[in-house]
Amino acid sequence: MFADYSMSELGAIFAMQGFAGLILFSVFVLMALGLAIIFGQMGVINMAHGEFMILGAYVTYLVSNFFAAYLPGLFSAYFFLAMILAFIASGALGLFIEWSMIRHLYKRPLDTLLATWGLSLILQQIYRSVFGAREVGVSIPDWMMGSMPVTDLIEIPINGIFVMVLAVGISLAVYVMMFRSGWGKQVRAINQNRVMAGAVGINTEWTDRLTFGIGCGVAGVAGSAFTMIGSTGPTAGQLYIVDTFLVVVFGGAASLLGTIASAFSISQAQSIMEFFLSGSMAKVLTLLIIVGILMIRPQGLFAMKLRK
Amino acid sequence: MKANALFTRSEMIGFAILACVIFLLLPAVLDTFRLNLFGKYLTYSFVAIGLALCWGAGGILSLGQGVFFGLGGYCMAMFLKLEASTPENTAIQSTPGIPDFMDWNQLTALPWWWEPFHSLGFAMFAVVAVPVVFAFIIGVAMFRRRVGGVYFAIITQAFAAILTILIIGQQGFTGGVNGITDLRTLLGWDIRTDEAKETLYYVNGILLFAVLFAAQFVRRSKLGRLLIAMRDQEDRVRFSGYDVASFKIFIFCLGAAFAGIGGAMFTLQVGFMSPTLVGIVPSIEMVIFCAVGGRMSILGAVYGALLVNWAKTTFSESFPELWLLGLGGLFIAVVMAFPNGLAGIWSEKVEPRLLKLIKKSPAQAASPAQQSTPAE
Amino acid sequence: MTDETSKKPNTGVSRRAMLAGGTALTASLFLPKQLKAADYPTSEVNTTGLAVTDDTVTIGILHSITGTMAISETGSVQAEKLAIEQINAQGGILGRKIEYIQEDGGSDWPTFAEKAKKLLVNDKVASVMGCWTSASRKAVLPVFEQYNGFLYYPTFYEGLEQSPNVIYTGQEATQQIIAGLDWVAKEKGAKSFYLLGSDYIWPRTSNKIARKHIENYLDGAKVVGEEYYPLGHTQFNSVINKIRLKKPDVIYAIVVGGSNVAFYKQLKAAGIDMTKESPIVLTISVTEDEIRGIGGENIEGAYACMKYFQSLTNDNNQEFVKSFKEMWGDDMVIGDVTQAAYLGPWLWKAAVEKAGSFDVDKVRAATPGIELTSAPEGYVKVHDNHHLWSKTRVGLAKADGQYDVVFETADLVEPDPFPEGYQ
Repeated sequence: MFADYSMSELGAIFAMQGFAGLILFSVFVLMALGLAIIFGQMGVINMAHGEFMILGAYVTYLVSNFFAAYLPGLFSAYFFLAMILAFIASGALGLFIEWSMIRHLYKRPLDTLLATWGLSLILQQIYRSVFGAREVGVSIPDWMMGSMPVTDLIEIPINGIFVMVLAVGISLAVYVMMFRSGWGKQVRAINQNRVMAGAVGINTEWTDRLTFGIGCGVAGVAGSAFTMIGSTGPTAGQLYIVDTFLVVVFGGAASLLGTIASAFSISQAQSIMEFFLSGSMAKVLTLLIIVGILMIRPQGLFAMKLRK
Repeated sequence: MKANALFTRSEMIGFAILACVIFLLLPAVLDTFRLNLFGKYLTYSFVAIGLALCWGAGGILSLGQGVFFGLGGYCMAMFLKLEASTPENTAIQSTPGIPDFMDWNQLTALPWWWEPFHSLGFAMFAVVAVPVVFAFIIGVAMFRRRVGGVYFAIITQAFAAILTILIIGQQGFTGGVNGITDLRTLLGWDIRTDEAKETLYYVNGILLFAVLFAAQFVRRSKLGRLLIAMRDQEDRVRFSGYDVASFKIFIFCLGAAFAGIGGAMFTLQVGFMSPTLVGIVPSIEMVIFCAVGGRMSILGAVYGALLVNWAKTTFSESFPELWLLGLGGLFIAVVMAFPNGLAGIWSEKVEPRLLKLIKKSPAQAASPAQQSTPAE
Repeated sequence: MTDETSKKPNTGVSRRAMLAGGTALTASLFLPKQLKAADYPTSEVNTTGLAVTDDTVTIGILHSITGTMAISETGSVQAEKLAIEQINAQGGILGRKIEYIQEDGGSDWPTFAEKAKKLLVNDKVASVMGCWTSASRKAVLPVFEQYNGFLYYPTFYEGLEQSPNVIYTGQEATQQIIAGLDWVAKEKGAKSFYLLGSDYIWPRTSNKIARKHIENYLDGAKVVGEEYYPLGHTQFNSVINKIRLKKPDVIYAIVVGGSNVAFYKQLKAAGIDMTKESPIVLTISVTEDEIRGIGGENIEGAYACMKYFQSLTNDNNQEFVKSFKEMWGDDMVIGDVTQAAYLGPWLWKAAVEKAGSFDVDKVRAATPGIELTSAPEGYVKVHDNHHLWSKTRVGLAKADGQYDVVFETADLVEPDPFPEGYQ
C-alpha cells in the first residue's frame, strides 16, 4: 500500500492522520464531558444528551442568522457569543428538566433513562416543528473553515484546532470547577455520601440542580462547536448517543480523568483502524474491542468503585 | 390459597381475561388487517414478558432485547427466504437459486452458514438457540463479574449498535439495510393470504400463552422469589450461599429465548425482517412496553405492548406530525406518575373496587396486602 | 375525445390525451378541455372497488414525516401535494377531484409495509405516491404486488428491480452514473477515481456499476480506492487523508444524510478546495435539498450528476419553481427527487385518462409509452420496464446553493434496471 510513496509523503500523511485522531479525540471529549458530569457524579442516565447538544447547535444557527442580518461586520466573531448563549440555553433547559423531572427520580436511576428518552423524543419533535424537518445550514465564519499549511504536504484544518482548543479549555474549566471550587467539593461530597453531605449543611438539592445544568450546558457548547464539522437537524443528536455513552462507561463512570483517557484510546484505535481498514469495519471492530475490554474489566479504565 | 399453586385467584382471572381478549374479543371486532396488526403488536409482548422477568423481577435492565428479537426473526427469515428463492423464482439472476440480495452483491454460492436453514426444524431450533447462546455469552461475561444496573444496560445497548452495523455492513450475507424481504411461503403454505394471517394470529396467541405460563411458572417457583430477593438485596442472597450469577444468567437467557420466538412470529406475520428492529431505538421501545404494562407484571407486559403500539398506530394515522410528542409524554408519564404501569393501576384502583362490587365484603378481598402489587 | 383514446389503447399516447393530461404548467396559454365525470360513470371506471366516487378519487401519500428520513422526504410530499392541487384546479381526473390520505412511514420499514397495507386494504386508494429509501420500497413491494396496488416511486435508486406494480419516476443507477463518468473522463481527462459511500445497498450497487464502467469502458482509467462508512457517520478525516495519499483525479461520493454535511464540511476544512478541481468531487447524492444542510459555501465547486436541477431554464421548470414557491414559501429549494415526485400524479393522470379507467390493471396496461411534455425536467416518457426515459445532466455547485448545468446528454437515456455487463 505504501510502496509508491516517498518517505516525506508518508511522514506527512501519518502526521495528518495523527492529527485526525486528535480531532476525533477532542470531539469525543466534548461529547462525553457533559455526560460524564451528570452520569458520573449523579448516576443519572441522560438519554436526551444528544438533544441538549443539538439545542446548542440550533442556538448557534439562530445567532449566526442574527449576526448575518443585523451585525454583518461582527460576523467573524459571532461564534464565541453563540457558544456562550448555547451554554446558557442548554444549561437553563437542564435546570428546568432537573427541577421538573429528574429530582423525583434520584432513587430510580434506570427510570431516569426512560424518562429522558421520552424527553428526547419530545425535544426532537419540538425542533422539527420549530426549525423544520430539514437540516439547517449554519454558516461558519470563513476564517474557521480554512486550513493552515504547515509544510508543503501537511495541512491542518483550523476547525480541528478550534475543537481541540475548546476541548482542552472546557476540560480545564471542568477540572477547576470540580476540584478547586466549593461547588465541586460539594458535588463530590454528595457523590460519596448524600445523607452525610446534607447533614453537614450542603444544599444537596441545589447542588444537584446546578450539576445537571452545568452538564447540559457543556453539552450545548459541544453541540455549538459541532456545527463546524457535522449536521444540525432534529434527529442529529441521536448520532452521538452511543459513542458518548461508551466513552463514559469505558472510562469508568465516576472519573473525569477516565473519561478523557477513554476518549483518547477509543479515538486513536478508531482512527488508526479507519486508516488501514474500510470505515464500517473499523467502527464495528472498535465497538467490539471496547465491549470486549468492558467484559474483562467492567468497571472501566479508571474506576472508584463499582461492585454493589 | 396455597403459596405453591401456579396461580393466585386474581392471576387466574387475569389470564382468563387476557385469553378472552386475544382469542375472542380481538378477532370478533377487528378485520383481518387490524387483526394482523395486533398480531404484530403481540410479537413485541414476547419481548416485554421477558423484560418483565429480567427487569421487573430480576432487576436486570437490558437495552439490547432487540438483538434477540432480531436474531430470532432473522433465523426464521433465512429459512423463508431460502424457500422463496427457488431456481424458478430467481431465474433472472446470474446465479439462480440463491436469495436475490446475494446475487446483487456478486455472491455466486450460498454461504455455508446459510445451508442448515434449508431445514425448518433447524430454523426453529435456531430461533431459540441463537439468541440464548448470545445471551449466555453476554450473561456469563457480565454477571460473573457482577456487572449490573446501568453498566449492563449500556453495554447491551452497545451490542444492539454493533449488530445493526454488522447486519447493514455485511449486506451480501444479510440483506443489509433492506433486510430480508419478500418472504412468501412456509413449506408451500402461502403466508401472505388473509386466511394464513388469521391462522398465524392464533398460533401466535397460543405461543404467547405458552410463554406466559412458562413465565408464571418461573415467577411462582423458588427461582422467582430468589430473583426478587436478589433485586432488592443481592448481597444477602449471595451470602446465603446462592449463586447469584447463575440465576441472572438463566433469567437473561430465558428472556432472550422469549424474544427470539417473538421475532420469528414477527417475521412470519409481517413477511420480512429488517435491521431497524434490531437497533437501539426498538430495544428501548420494548422496555417502554414493559414499563407501561407495569414492569413486574407479565400480563401487564402484554397489555403494555398492545396499548403503546395501538396508540402509536392511531396517533400516527390521525396526527402524524405530533405523535412523537404523545409517545414522549407517555414515557415520562409512566415513569413519573405511574411507575407500576397498567398493572399498578389495575391492582390499586380497579381490582379492589371490582371485587368490592362483586363480593360486597371488602374486608377480605381488597386488602392490599394480598394483592400482587408490584414492589417499588 | 378521450373516448377515442380509450378505444385505441395500443396506439401509444394520443396527442390529445397528452394535451388534456399534461399541460398543467402551460395552462395560462390555453385551457385544456375539461373531462366530465358524467361521461365516465363510476361503475365503468372503477370495477375493482377502489375509492372512487362520482366526483372524487382517493390516492395515498406514503412518506416519512417523522424520523431520520423526514429530512429528505418532506420535499416529495410537498411536490405531490402541489401536483394534486394543480390537477384538481384543472378539473381533476376523469372529472373527479383527487383526494389524498397521507400516512407517515416514520422512517421505519415495517411501518411502511403496515401503512401501505392500510392504504390498499382499508382505504382502497387508487394509487400511492410514496417511499424514498430503497429499504422502504422493498418493504412495501410485496404488499403492492399482493393487493395489486400501484406505486409511484420518486427516488433515484440502484435498479435491479422491475415490478408491475411500481412506476419508477427517478433514474435507475446506470442512467444516472454512466453519463456523468463519461463526461468527467472526456471533459476533465480524469483517469483515477476514489469511490466513497454510505454503507448500504444504493451506494454499493452504484459504485459497483461505476467501477465496472471505469475499468471496462473508460480508456486507461482505474479505481484507486473504494470505501464505505456506516449511515450517520460524522468523522471523515481519516478517509480524507487516504484520499490525499491516493491522489485520485475524481472523488466519486455517494454519501447520504447527516454524513453528507459532515463529509463536505470536513473536506473543505482539510484544505481541499473543490473549485480548483484537484481532485474533482463528483457526487450523485447531493441535490439542492441537501445543500441547504451542507451550506453552499462548503460544497462550491463540486459536480453533481442527476436528471434535474432547479436552475433548468426551460419554461416548464420556471412555471414549476414558481408554483412550488407560491405554495410552500419563497425559501424552498427543489431537488431531483422532489421533481420526480411531482411527476407521479401527472403520470398517473395521463395513464388513467388514456385507459379511461382507474382500475389498476388497465392503468398499468396504458402506462408504457405515456409522455409528459410538461415535465419540469423537459420531456419524459415511460419505458416498457416502468422506468422513465430521461436526460442526465451534470451540475456545478455554486455558493448560493444552486447548480449551474454544465452538461446534458443529447438524447433521452434509456432506463436499464438490469444492465448487462455491469452485474
